[in-house]
Amino acid sequence: MRYLRDNSETILTALREHVTLTVLTIVIGLGIAMPLALLARRYRILAGPILGVAGLLYTVPSLALFSILVPFTGLRPRTVVIGLVMYALLVLIRNILTGLDGVPAEVRDAARGMGYSPVPMLWRVDLPIALPAIMAGIRIATVSTIALVTVGATVGHGGLGALILNGFNNNFYRAEIATGALACVALALLADGLLLGVSRALSPWSRARPA
Amino acid sequence: MVAGTPGMRALHEALLFLNDPANWQGTDGIPYRTGEHLLLSLVGLLAACLVAVPLAMWLGHRGRGGALTVLLSNASRAIPTLALLTALATFPALGFGNVPTIIALAVFGIPPVITNTYVGMRGVDPGVTDAARGMGFAEWQVLWRVEFPLALPLVAAGVRTAAVQIVATATLAALVGGGGLGTFITIALAQQNVGQLLASGLLVAALSLLVDGAAALLQRQVTPAALRRSRRSPRSPAPGAAAARA
Repeated sequence: MRYLRDNSETILTALREHVTLTVLTIVIGLGIAMPLALLARRYRILAGPILGVAGLLYTVPSLALFSILVPFTGLRPRTVVIGLVMYALLVLIRNILTGLDGVPAEVRDAARGMGYSPVPMLWRVDLPIALPAIMAGIRIATVSTIALVTVGATVGHGGLGALILNGFNNNFYRAEIATGALACVALALLADGLLLGVSRALSPWSRARPA
Repeated sequence: MVAGTPGMRALHEALLFLNDPANWQGTDGIPYRTGEHLLLSLVGLLAACLVAVPLAMWLGHRGRGGALTVLLSNASRAIPTLALLTALATFPALGFGNVPTIIALAVFGIPPVITNTYVGMRGVDPGVTDAARGMGFAEWQVLWRVEFPLALPLVAAGVRTAAVQIVATATLAALVGGGGLGTFITIALAQQNVGQLLASGLLVAALSLLVDGAAALLQRQVTPAALRRSRRSPRSPAPGAAAARA
């Protein structure tokens, strides 16, 4: 408790960095995953290679990925974001693809018959129906990203991870370690709950599928 | 040459590091650290399987604990690996060295094995187990000789996921006093040696991909030919059920 009072400034700064890194990762991740998933749906033959490459990236440990990136991107926040985006891709692409594949062919046929061209079809037919699966992917990616940001502490930008690593290096200062760890878990739960709420609000016609 | 000069210099230094014979000898050498990494991971994986497989087999057989397995896999995603590693390393009762590391590795290996084994056991056609009972199989025989062999491909998928996760966790363990290849990364970070950092990152990445490949072969071996529908073996039972990562 004393630690919390004396270091509220540090903790809040770490928390802010943690949230910023996570949000950036998910937004950029979605920006990359969405076109790739659409490409994989349009040209089925690309689905294997796209998911395969994302799977390979997912296999590399985060610390190794950051180590490979640092010589090129420096000890900066972008190293952490680039690394975590590479991780988020697999879950995001897979869930977007699953969601889009779940759109019934009859529905698309009917929409085409009503005169929908490809872009409005995507926005007003495909994406709303795929939304629960996509949101489930975003939730998983967000929770994993929040946990993985901590490893960014090794390259100087790990949000709450800095507290954990600092606490360890400063003679096992448990209060600091516990604060970092518990704040991380709390943040993950909060983000998951928030996203679940968003998912339900956006698709009132169907309860969100469990992740 | 897409990368700028610093990147190229780091690449050059990384090659020098990998070509230096001194880095390939002794207890601080790459072969020794790789062996240590693999040994720690293997012990952790075995411990995880010893706990997770029997528990999940029993739960799956009884058809209970579905909520538990979901909770476990969600929790394992939300809890930062680094936090648990640090917490275990600062536990005085466990001491320094490899014991806390192995415990942490096992802890992170358990959820994927439990989830996959459970899903595999639950996925067995009830008609098959009924037929086995009708033929006079006792419950333990149904479990061991019918359900488990049918669930084996998914169990193997879980072990593969766990193996990759454990190798990644073992890398992080070096940050809190563990051994393995992660020590090269820790040293390089402390010395701001980008060449060694790049080289050791590549070594760990290669090791992880090799372990994943080896586990994929094993998974294929235990999957009956009739079930090998696609050449790419499933990583996880359901889409979206991606395992936690370190």
